[in-house]
Amino acid sequence: MTTPQRKPLLQRLAGTNTLWIALVLLLLIAVFGALRPDAVLTVFTLQTTLVETAVLLVLAVGMTFVIITSGIDLSVGSVLVFSGVTSAMTMNALSGGDATNAGWGVVAVGLLVALVSGAAWGLLNGVLIAKAKIPALIVTLGSFGAALGAGQLISNGSNVSGVPNVLSNNLGTGTTFGVPNLVILAAVITAAGALLLGTTRFGRHTYAIGSNEEAARRVGISVTRHLMTVYLLAGVLAGLAGFMATAYFRVASITGHDTDNLNAIAGVVLGGTSLFGGAGSIVGTIFGVFIPAVLRKGFVIVGVNVYWQPIAVAIVLVAAVWFDQSRRKARDQR
Amino acid sequence: MQAAEVGGLSGGSMADPLLEAKDLAKHYGSVEALRGASFTAFEGEVVSLIGDNGAGKSTLVKCLSGVQRPDSGTLVFGGREVVLDSPVAARALGIETVFQDLAVAPDLDPAANLYLGRELRKPGVLGMLGVLDKKEMRRRAIASFEDLGVTLQSIDVPIGSLSGGQRQSVAVARSVVWASRLVFMDEPTAALGVVQRERVLDVIRRVRDQGMAVVLISHNMPEVLAVSDRVEVLRLGRRVAKFRAADTTVEELVGAMTGALSQEDA
Repeated sequence: MTTPQRKPLLQRLAGTNTLWIALVLLLLIAVFGALRPDAVLTVFTLQTTLVETAVLLVLAVGMTFVIITSGIDLSVGSVLVFSGVTSAMTMNALSGGDATNAGWGVVAVGLLVALVSGAAWGLLNGVLIAKAKIPALIVTLGSFGAALGAGQLISNGSNVSGVPNVLSNNLGTGTTFGVPNLVILAAVITAAGALLLGTTRFGRHTYAIGSNEEAARRVGISVTRHLMTVYLLAGVLAGLAGFMATAYFRVASITGHDTDNLNAIAGVVLGGTSLFGGAGSIVGTIFGVFIPAVLRKGFVIVGVNVYWQPIAVAIVLVAAVWFDQSRRKARDQR
Repeated sequence: MQAAEVGGLSGGSMADPLLEAKDLAKHYGSVEALRGASFTAFEGEVVSLIGDNGAGKSTLVKCLSGVQRPDSGTLVFGGREVVLDSPVAARALGIETVFQDLAVAPDLDPAANLYLGRELRKPGVLGMLGVLDKKEMRRRAIASFEDLGVTLQSIDVPIGSLSGGQRQSVAVARSVVWASRLVFMDEPTAALGVVQRERVLDVIRRVRDQGMAVVLISHNMPEVLAVSDRVEVLRLGRRVAKFRAADTTVEELVGAMTGALSQEDA
């Protein structure tokens, strides 16, 4: 009898989607870099690309957990808007109507309100999906509409201005050693998410539930509670994303987030996380989120009509899912 | 055929049973899956539970392993009356189950499946934060697979990419590694090749020799006779016969399953 061996690291890496998607990203950067080395490979381009992707990355971290459980969350963009609105309006209310010159205390309350708003929607999603067993697609399609509607009701359908300067100048546009603070926050969240998913029991159970929910239940994993926690996590991160977007744009915007959910899902799936659940990684999601961003930036710099970007993303996305599907089919035929 | 002669065990000649179920009933709506079914298992034996499709085998196993609760009837385990309201409760008593539909997570590797729901955590602060000790789990998993004679070429591929036999072996291994008293195996060799089937049967014998009770549910009569010490037959939700495997034949078992033969006091 032979003792089972671990495959060498390189061989294990080659078997993952993550490696391939990382190569695609590097290839894109190399191609754009070769076409316009002067404009592409600059600190400014790097900084703006990172900043523009930071908020989406935070949404995508939560989405990665959700999709690994073989769920979906269409509501993240609307929850982002709702949380931004409630947060900004609370900060204004605490400062007599205009929080522009408010201090850190007000900002802290604003952050808390954003997180709680996100948590509330996430918990609602989780209860309906895990306890009431309504399909995630329908539940989050509902909260996608409802959260946006609620945000518009509260703000009377207009953007909320009066965001504190201390918030916008520091978190929104400030930098630390040349790195935008927004990017640092997103990086910390992403790293924490990667550790949670990759090294802890919570992460292991997330994979197990997505791979075979019944098997997870039979070994005594509390599937209902775990799923609720995962949607709660996605909601809290959407709330944080709302706070970050508010800080960056200096306004809690009602519009412009209609397709955040789809962008987050696309990034996660591009990064090798399977829509069928059970497989995926945060590292993959990072690459996946940056592919559309690099394409957009690259097209602008190289002078390709930017409307080509969604088409290019669509092609890569469909190819990635097709690849994942055929790999699974080959595996399950054994 | 003479039922009296093929006769089951005369009571009292053996030690007290490890598990004794009496008069279990279970309805699914208007369907009566179990109508006063009884079942007995002793330590250190393989007892097969056989019956035609719809006889109630799977329902009985679900009731005995805590997946479902019987509507009525009593369950005595290790001399004490117990109520199994969840698989966790059964597991706490040292009862494990290999399910017919292979409850493994195909995307996780064999070690992760072996430790699913019982993950080892790192010592200290990291462990309190829920950080897994993957290295230790892998090391112990390799040792367990070796003990049970489960051969795997690789320890870090998703279990879904293994052959059906290997997947089944891992599912069986997971149950017997954690069981301390009794293992239910619902069709553990279904859809396996000849060699793989032999391997699973070997595992079953090894577990029995460690002093555990193994309850085997199978449709394969030669297999039942090859591996069992005793056989209990279920028909229409009730136990209708008990045999010693050494004293019976495939014909008798089939007769009992189909109702051609029955024992009065089974």
